[in-house]
This record gives sequence, structure tokens and C-alpha cells, in this order.
Amino acid sequence: MSDIAIKVEGLGKQYRLGEIGTGTISHDLNRWFARMRGKEDPFAKVGEANDRTKKGNSDYVWSLRDVEFEVKKGEALGIIGRNGAGKSTLLKLLSKVTAPTTGNIKVNGRIASLLEVGTGFHPELTGRENIFLNGAILGMTKTEIRSKFDEIVDFSGVERYIDTPVKRYSSGMYVRLAFAVAAFLEPEILIVDEVLAVGDAEFQKKCMGRMKDVSVNDGRTVLFVSHNMAAVQKLCTAGLMLAQGSVIVDGTVSEAMDKYLEVHEANNGFIERTPAEADYAKKVFIKSAALTNDTGQLISAVNNNASLYLELDVNIMKAGIGYNFSFELWNMRDECIFSSSFFDNEAGKHADYLWQSGNNTLRVELPIRMLKEGNYRISIASVIPTVEILDIFPTELRFHINDVSSPIFVTGEGRNGVIVPILNWSKR
Amino acid sequence: MLDLRLGDVWRYRDLVMLFVRRDFVSNYKQTILGPIWFFIQPLLTTITFYIIFGRVAQLGTDGIPAFVFYLAGNTVWGYFSQSLTAVSTVFTTNAAMFSKVYFPRLTMPLSIVISNLVRFGIQFGLFLVVWGFYLLTTDTLHPNWLMLLTPLLVVLMGLLSLGLGMIFSALTTKYRDLAMLLTFGVQLALYATPVIYPLSKVPAKYMWLILANPMSSITETFRVAFLGSGTFSWAYLGYSTIATLIILLFGILIFNRVEKSFTDTV
Repeated sequence: MSDIAIKVEGLGKQYRLGEIGTGTISHDLNRWFARMRGKEDPFAKVGEANDRTKKGNSDYVWSLRDVEFEVKKGEALGIIGRNGAGKSTLLKLLSKVTAPTTGNIKVNGRIASLLEVGTGFHPELTGRENIFLNGAILGMTKTEIRSKFDEIVDFSGVERYIDTPVKRYSSGMYVRLAFAVAAFLEPEILIVDEVLAVGDAEFQKKCMGRMKDVSVNDGRTVLFVSHNMAAVQKLCTAGLMLAQGSVIVDGTVSEAMDKYLEVHEANNGFIERTPAEADYAKKVFIKSAALTNDTGQLISAVNNNASLYLELDVNIMKAGIGYNFSFELWNMRDECIFSSSFFDNEAGKHADYLWQSGNNTLRVELPIRMLKEGNYRISIASVIPTVEILDIFPTELRFHINDVSSPIFVTGEGRNGVIVPILNWSKR
Repeated sequence: MLDLRLGDVWRYRDLVMLFVRRDFVSNYKQTILGPIWFFIQPLLTTITFYIIFGRVAQLGTDGIPAFVFYLAGNTVWGYFSQSLTAVSTVFTTNAAMFSKVYFPRLTMPLSIVISNLVRFGIQFGLFLVVWGFYLLTTDTLHPNWLMLLTPLLVVLMGLLSLGLGMIFSALTTKYRDLAMLLTFGVQLALYATPVIYPLSKVPAKYMWLILANPMSSITETFRVAFLGSGTFSWAYLGYSTIATLIILLFGILIFNRVEKSFTDTV
């Protein structure tokens, strides 16, 4: 136990859906009656996995079920998963905001949790007063706060406003001050939930630096939840991936991330049409479209320093010349980033290509290095330019880009523009 | 089961005091009169009582000048009822904060009772001024050694409102009906406590009912001590003390139980 900071055993948390929290008076009486007779909670047996997209049969769901893991002292654990996977519930249980339905958590050391920055900030109080109040809420004593006070003010960069009520602060200043208080907590275990989604790029960088400092230099245990894969990768060594309330991967951060990226989207990088649809095609039928990585595995989410290929399985129904295959890449703001076609290659030679009837596979690498973090979709069609539309692929392929390599962290905020190419600068 | 987790609260004692401070600063910022409101509240209530119960209804006051009689009752009752109401909504008013960060929840009701205690201190000062005026200008008041019990009375009231408030706050997280019940319950309880009438005026038939209320002997003792008329009995006060301690213990237990899962139900 000595080098274990947190040990979680058989952890489960059940919620009741609908209007009332955990139960109405009749359920309460039922529970009480069962307990009196020495039986187990009748409602603990029901309940199903938490999949918000499907309509369930039971009013009870398990937000977390049978979760077990250990965190070693000084380890930085990244907790990842889709929305609703149970990440926030897990953090709430670990930080004692709510109690588990089953199982237990053994904690070795003082925990401070940062589920939201600025909890307990009172708008009427000045920055100074709020530093003390917020620090105390997070578990510091007055003396501890006083000794850190200058560092906190310095880190926040709002020194000039420190004696002004925080209701007069801009939202950016508010967040800066709030994070600064939390950043100088000195617990053995720090739990952080998505707080990096705040502030400007420069401040985010500062926060990341501080968190890295806490875990690497001070040797404290950090639990970090984020959808920002780049942040997780940068900060964490171990990874825990959750899906529908269960632990899917408990290992290194890259193992967890690979799994996460693999199952990230429901549209898992492959769309196939039914053979029946081919009846309407006369010359060309695009059978399937897929997104793959280097080794040919299907993926739908990818780091922008890796490779991503588009693969089309096309069935030529009738031999001919001048068939073209093209795609357009769109972002989620409905901007077309670029388009490309089979004719791009070899100085127009592809335009004269004679297609024999039969199956062909077309493959092209997508220049994802220049894509910003976010979701994208690809639409695909086949035409004889200016003459005839041969086939339009009915469904768009969707994928997600994680920016892990741009010099300015979280490119989406930091760099302006639709794309983020890295250019070669020189100096003379 | 019987772990009250008071050690945790002690570790967070700075937080309790900061909450008290926050209460004060935030309540009176941007008001013109500021802390003068502490005086206005009991004064206006007392004047109302004086007119309605003293003049219109002509309830007796055991020969004590009506104004100081009502002010004494009001000062005491005001402390109790205000901390009780504030403590009983502690979960619902702080839900947002409670669901984001853990600190011993007991610090919150404790800070409410303490900040009301400061308010009581100021109002008690007002009472002393009025009392001193009557003491010097008339010979109707007969203060006595029971005044030494004042700290005990104040502590009892504080603990009683804390205990009762925590029981209500714990139950209101699930059943909001109780919040409704409490609002007019506190109003009604004023009449079940000898605030606007002396205990001696209570018909023997209902005496047990009034005495079952732990606040009764506390209020009555306070008046006996400062004004010199009324009913004092060690037995009555002893009952109030024991009742207060039992309610407090029960309150802490149920509060600690609910705090663990209240964010799911609130």
C-alpha cells in the first residue's frame, strides 16, 4: 500500500433517471423494509449499462460499474472516454462529492479536486478575499494561503485588480485568478477535470506547465480528465479508458489513447453499400469507402502527426475512359477545406486511363498534418468531368483529428485560420 | 455509525471563519445603512408587537414595561429562528458548490450559526441599551444572578437551531415539502414559545405543551435573569439542555449520512 496513492475496488454508482434523484418515498420505504429484513437493496439489482443514445428498459442506470484500478504515487493518470462514459462520475466519487453505490476507494494522502475552477468565488468579495475563501474551500489553511499569496497573484497576472470585487473582473481575469489558487494547492493527490478549456492560449500553456511541474518535479499524483488528447498525452504517463461505465483499458497513456481513438466514433471509418444499390449504377459503383492507417487498419480518429488514407472500393460495371473519382473534405462549420480527384496525378495521365470492368481499389493519403483539431467529413463522388455524373456515394465518412504536434499548444485556439500548416522558416 | 467526523471540521476551522466573513461582507455591501439593518429588524418587530399584543390585544407582561419585555423575547427568538431557517436550507442553497468540491459539509451550518451569533451579539447590545434605560429610569426591572447563565442560554439556542436545522436540511434534499412546512412552522412556533406572553399566563392545561418546546424555558430564563419576573426552574432548563443535545446529536448523524449522496437527489 505504501507506493499506492489510490486503490479502487468494485466501484459502482447507480442513478435513477427521470425527475427525482435516487428515489421516491415508496422506493425509500421498500429499501428500508429490505434492510430491516437483512436483505440487499432491491433496486441495486436492477439497472443497466449507461448508454445515453438508446432507450432503456429500466429507470435505473449504472453510471459506473465494477470499476477497479490503482494509481501509484507520483503517477499522472489520464482518464479518457466519450461523453457519458463515467469520467466525471468517477472524479466525483474520488473527490468525495458523492458516495459510491457499491465498492470502495482507498486513498493514501490528501486529495484536492478541481472539478471546476472558481468554486465558491463570491462576486461581492475582492480578489484577495476570494483567494483566501477559495483556498480554504480547497483545503488550505490560512497560513498556507498567506505563504503562497504572492505566487498566486503573480501567476494569475491580475495584481492590479486584487482589491476589486471579482464581479468587476472580465471572465478571463476571473478564470486566471481561480486557476491560480488551485495551481498552488499542495495536496498529495490532485484531481483535475477539463479545466484547461478556459483562458487564452498563453494562459492554457501556463496551466499545462504548472500541472506538469506538479506531477514531475514535485512528484505528486495527478488524475486528469480531458477530451483534449494532446493535453492528456503531454501530461500523463498512465491511462484509463472508460466506456459506458466500465474500464476498457488500464495501462499506459498511449494504450488508452489508441483504444479511445479506435472506438471514438460510431462511424468507425468504414462505410459499405448494399449490393442492391448497385442496380441503379450503370457504369461505376463505389462499393465502400474506408479510412485506414499505415498498416491498413480502420480508424476514425487520428493524431495529426500520423498518417491517414482514404480507400475506395470501386466496381466498374462498364469499361470506359475518363472516369474520375473525387472527394471533398469538409469541416464541421460546413467549410470545404479542399477537394481532390484521381486526375490529380501524373500530369493528367489519369484522365486518359482506360477502365476495364471489374473491382479496383483506390488509395490516397490525406494531408492531415495541416488540419486543425476537430471533426471532419468526406463526401465522395464519381463523374466524367463536364459530361456525366456516374455515382455519388450516399454517406459521408467522418473522422476526428487530434492535434498533437503544433508548436503552439491547442492549435484550435492558438492559430488562426482554417488549416494549420507548419511552414519552413529560414533566417539570413 | 457514531463517528461524528468533528476532527475534519476542526481541520477546516479557517474555512468556517471565512464563510462567516463572507456572509457579513456580502450581505451589507451596496446597502446604504449597512450594519444598521441589524437594529432596524428587531426594533420594528418589537414596535409591532408592542402595538398589536401590548395595546390592541392587551396581553399581560408580568408587570414589566411592554417594550423591553417584547424586545427581550424578540432578541432571543430572532437568533433562534434566523439560524434555524438558514441552516435548514444549507444543502439547497449551496448545491452548486457542494457538487463541485468536497469539504466537510458541517462547516457550512456551523458558519451560519456563528455568523448569526455575531448578529445576535449586536442585537443583544441594542437590548442592553434599552434595558439600561429602563433600569435607570424606572424601578420595574429586577436583574439577578441568573444573568450569569446568559452564555449557556446563547450556546443552547445556537446548538438547538443547528441540530434542528440540520435535520430539516437533510430531509429537504429529497422532500422539498419540508421546506414549506418549516417556513410557516417557524412562524407558528413563535406562538408556542413564551415570546409575546409570559409563561405564567399559560393555562395549566396546556403548560406541558409549551414546556415541551425546548425554547420555552430558554426564553423564559433569559427574561427572568434580566427583567426579574417570570418562571425559572432548573428542571425546565435541564430538560431543554438534554433535549438540545439529543437533537444536535441526531442532527449531526443524519446530516453526515445525507451529505454523502445529497448531490444525487438535490
